[in-house]
Amino acid sequence: MLETVAQAVINGLLIGGIYALVSIGVTLIFGVVKIVNFAQGEFVMIGMYISFYLATQFGIDPIVSLVVSMPVLFVIGVLVQHFLIRRVLGPNDMPQIFLTFALSLLLLNLALMLFTANYRTVHTSYSDEAFHLAGLYIPVAKLIAFVVAMGLSAALWVFLHTTDLGKAMRAAAQNRDVATLMGINPNRVFCVALGVALALAGAAGSLLMPFYSAYPFVGQVFVLMAFVAVVLGTLGNVMGALIASLMMGIAESLGIQFVGADSGLIVVFAMLLLTLAFKPNGLGGGRVR
Amino acid sequence: MLELKAASASYGSVPAISNVSIAIGEGEAVGLLGANGAGKSTTLRAISGLVKLSSGTVTFAGTNLASLPPHRIPELGIAHVPEGRQVFPEMTVNENLEIGAYVPKAKAERALTLDLVYSIFPRLAERRKQLAGTMSGGEQQMLAVGRGLMLKPRLLMLDEPSLGLAPVMTDVTFEKIGEIHKMGTAILLVEQNVSRALSLVARAYVLESGNVIMHGTSTELANNKQVQAAYLGI
Repeated sequence: MLETVAQAVINGLLIGGIYALVSIGVTLIFGVVKIVNFAQGEFVMIGMYISFYLATQFGIDPIVSLVVSMPVLFVIGVLVQHFLIRRVLGPNDMPQIFLTFALSLLLLNLALMLFTANYRTVHTSYSDEAFHLAGLYIPVAKLIAFVVAMGLSAALWVFLHTTDLGKAMRAAAQNRDVATLMGINPNRVFCVALGVALALAGAAGSLLMPFYSAYPFVGQVFVLMAFVAVVLGTLGNVMGALIASLMMGIAESLGIQFVGADSGLIVVFAMLLLTLAFKPNGLGGGRVR
Repeated sequence: MLELKAASASYGSVPAISNVSIAIGEGEAVGLLGANGAGKSTTLRAISGLVKLSSGTVTFAGTNLASLPPHRIPELGIAHVPEGRQVFPEMTVNENLEIGAYVPKAKAERALTLDLVYSIFPRLAERRKQLAGTMSGGEQQMLAVGRGLMLKPRLLMLDEPSLGLAPVMTDVTFEKIGEIHKMGTAILLVEQNVSRALSLVARAYVLESGNVIMHGTSTELANNKQVQAAYLGI
């Protein structure tokens, strides 16, 4: 029994690392630019297809292809901010909501057209490898994904807290007008926020590829979890999103283990509803930290 | 150095200032006085570019400010300490000050300016690692002024620095502003506390319903019957 619980917790924690990369991106965009990016999952999907094609066409390991998927998605993020989101920022929320929603649908349908609805997988030398530790089963691909995800999250934290640009981003998140009075160009900071957020989504896609199938709708799975994590961890709070993502991964995994294979999400959404009912501002508190 | 000529601005269809003309010379201390809602803050926001002028001009050392995006204006040496402090609450005191020196010219001298600001406000030095949002109102006001100083401004614009402060903190704040002015920085001081302001500035403009209704030296204004009745409670 104890071993079953421990195994479920490990499984959940490992996938929670991926949820964290997606939810940190969503919360960063919300915190800095004040918009909800409904298309975040589609950028995970794009990251997966980039790694899939680099693996099948050029034999590049999906984890290594992160060095391509991240910069490509960073540039896409900057372009999305500069040419699309910038035009709809203003007192009215509706155009922003519909813009990212429309972007999500556009990317989904483009993927269906370009890549078809087929499931694509990449088999790596470590895809089936696993450690056996004190009776626990730890798949190598998921462990690598988790470790890299935590490393990237830590790197983002260091960026936000030690670089001038990172601090400018936090300042703009806390008070856009006053940040402008400091000489910070809001659009530049927003471009970087979108770039970083999408690069993290791209990294999630590459890290998933050794053990998860790519298909046009794959982003929906992750974006759903990300939104729950972002709310649980308090909108705009990077550390909160990280911790909530890991908690949700574990909750989902325990749900699958003890409620039923298709019921993992029941536990997750029960957590969301309880949080909204009793702690509507989330478990974290505060803004981009 | 700074000149507003016949400047008008509005929020939507509500006019906030109309036909405001003010000028400030290098190193001068000038007051902008008036009741709540007279258009004092809007005047500062118009200079900083946060509010667009609907007519009139604003120039600083020969540069037309209206032609620049708002984030380019601090580079010229204009620091704006906004009403109600507005420090970055979830950044430390030290980070708030660092952000104050974000523009390249100020960044080059950041370490030196930081020492200077900490020597003017020793209280901030004691709290450099504390989150700004957890400090008292008076401390946040010091931080807001210190953050403005980090720019090494030629003109420091202060919007109601006494707002919400205990009298003793107001004393300290005004004393510090006086010190900063003596170091050669021009000051544009917005205040509702007219007697305080007049003790600090050399001359002042009085705004009412978005219009400049009076202008004179501090002594002239302090002896003016209308000012005494309306603002000094004499």
